[in-house]
Amino acid sequence: MSHHVKTLAVAGAVAAALSAHATTAVNAQEQEKCFGVSLAGANDCAAGPGTTCAGTSKVDYQGNAWTLVPAGTCTETELPAMADGTPRQGSLEALERDLPA
Amino acid sequence: MSVGQSEFTQAILDPDLAVPPGLTDPQGRPAGKRFSVYRNNVAVSLTEALETAYPVVRKLVGEEFFRAMAGVYLRQHPPTSAVMMHYGARLPAFLENFEPVRSIGYLPDMARLERALRQSYHAADAAPIDPAILQTMPPDRLMAARLRLAPTVRLIRSTWPIHAVWLANTTSGAPKPEMVAEDVLVTRPGFDPKPQRLGAGAGNFVEMISGDETFGAAIEQAGEDFDLAALLGLLLAGGAITDISEGT
Amino acid sequence: MLDAANRHFDHLPNRPGVGYKPQHYSDILADPGPVDWLEIHAENYMGDGGRPLAQLRHLAERFPISVHGVGLSIGGESPLDPDHLARLKHLVSWLNPASFSEHLAWSTHDSHFLNDLLPLPYTARTLDRVARHIDQVQDTVGRRMLLENPSTYLAFSDNEMSEIEFLSGIVQRTGCGLLLDVNNVFVSATNQQTDPVGYINAFPMADVGEIHLGGHDEDQDDHGAPLLIDSHGREVVDPVWALYAHTIEVAGPRPTLIEWDNDVPDWLTLAAEAARADGVLTRVAA
Repeated sequence: MSHHVKTLAVAGAVAAALSAHATTAVNAQEQEKCFGVSLAGANDCAAGPGTTCAGTSKVDYQGNAWTLVPAGTCTETELPAMADGTPRQGSLEALERDLPA
Repeated sequence: MSVGQSEFTQAILDPDLAVPPGLTDPQGRPAGKRFSVYRNNVAVSLTEALETAYPVVRKLVGEEFFRAMAGVYLRQHPPTSAVMMHYGARLPAFLENFEPVRSIGYLPDMARLERALRQSYHAADAAPIDPAILQTMPPDRLMAARLRLAPTVRLIRSTWPIHAVWLANTTSGAPKPEMVAEDVLVTRPGFDPKPQRLGAGAGNFVEMISGDETFGAAIEQAGEDFDLAALLGLLLAGGAITDISEGT
Repeated sequence: MLDAANRHFDHLPNRPGVGYKPQHYSDILADPGPVDWLEIHAENYMGDGGRPLAQLRHLAERFPISVHGVGLSIGGESPLDPDHLARLKHLVSWLNPASFSEHLAWSTHDSHFLNDLLPLPYTARTLDRVARHIDQVQDTVGRRMLLENPSTYLAFSDNEMSEIEFLSGIVQRTGCGLLLDVNNVFVSATNQQTDPVGYINAFPMADVGEIHLGGHDEDQDDHGAPLLIDSHGREVVDPVWALYAHTIEVAGPRPTLIEWDNDVPDWLTLAAEAARADGVLTRVAA
């Protein structure tokens, strides 16, 4: 692509992005509402840990002799990895290469 | 004899150490379980802090495994600041070398994504540009200009389908992840960080822009398949562009 | 700085307040009930922006705010963390709260923050150290602070004085005020097998700028003696309410906070605890 053509393409992309943006931009009132309640729900995971000045009765202070294996949703999300644990070249080509001819 | 805080701290973090002498019950007998209350408060509160910080990592490995792993992490990396909202910054690196999760290759990148969401949540507010400025600027000048991204923006580049795995663990009915590399852009429209998967070349583009390269240079680096309109739309919707500057 | 147009509250009223939790934001603004002021933990508002600070800015226009630090480690052997002190100064000058308080405890050693309020022996040496730290805090933040009595679970064989003698000494040396946590008095007195009413009667009430009430859990030590845990995870128990009523009779009405930090309940349950404090404050004032 020549410099001129590329510059024109950029101008077109900017115009397209702006017209799409104009139809989706949130107004100030909606913005104000989200002060209170997180879109993610009341627990607001993204906030991360807070502080406390309280103690706890839940007992869990021992060091661990390690015998556990992961047992969460990762067992449903097995993704192919090389024998050494690194991912395959994470790309569609890698998958396609493995498809039977 | 006085119990020093060094000794106290060591015994707090290592439950195999004896309770320091000089700590007692009201009758002057060794403190025993009374000291364990403090050990427990520290271990449980830091474990819960990590659970709050990394909900998807926790879901992926399971609750019991996560708590046990947190016990190892918190003793290797106790907080270095009283600002707990950022505790667990070293979990991604820890996961890289933690043998029992070796088989879950994408786990460190998932921790990076969750950390990025948290950083974005607490990042400084910054007013986005008026998008119209982009259109009033002649394309030649735009190509030579530099964009400044908001402090709320984070880019996570992964060789794993990190966004799909995140989605599958946070949204009911999300599709099963396929093995493909994914770049994720976190923006914060308003107050809630939003991770979005980037299309081809967009990761390079954002990395160049963040590195203070020009718009034109970033487009060059993004390659032929890059969809500029899509990325600009994403940045504008996320209030992610806070300044455009011209000149060097 | 907050906008000049905003109201400014320069003291906490002698009324009930609650520890603020973000999940109660909308409820509080809709109907605060008997709750006249709010307390926040300083460290939760030391981010750079986003929802926490936006909410706080909003709430501060309507309610007097108490900034309660939980991580300064005033009782620490290490020097105070200058970065943390700077963050605290920044928050207090931005918000200009009605009150600022911290704990008689330590939590940081050798740059390790342990996220708990750890105990210290009451000796001439530790009194000197704590007094110097409080001087430094008050000089840096530019205002008088309140120091809170801790919940303790064990004793130090080298204690040289009682907690009240220690706190009184600190007040005398530094001019700081005190935050009297009545639940902590009950928890510590039970754990140390001393008399909580005697503690209240001996407390320097003239310097008390705020009272805390919270729930605790019950356990036992190795010898079967009761061991109470300051968990802030449930309602305030009746014996603590009785001790609180006695405190108010002795001291007169004071700003009184309900602390509920774990297993946080819905707003109505929390407001009901504040209403109970309101009942005591109103009855004694009458």
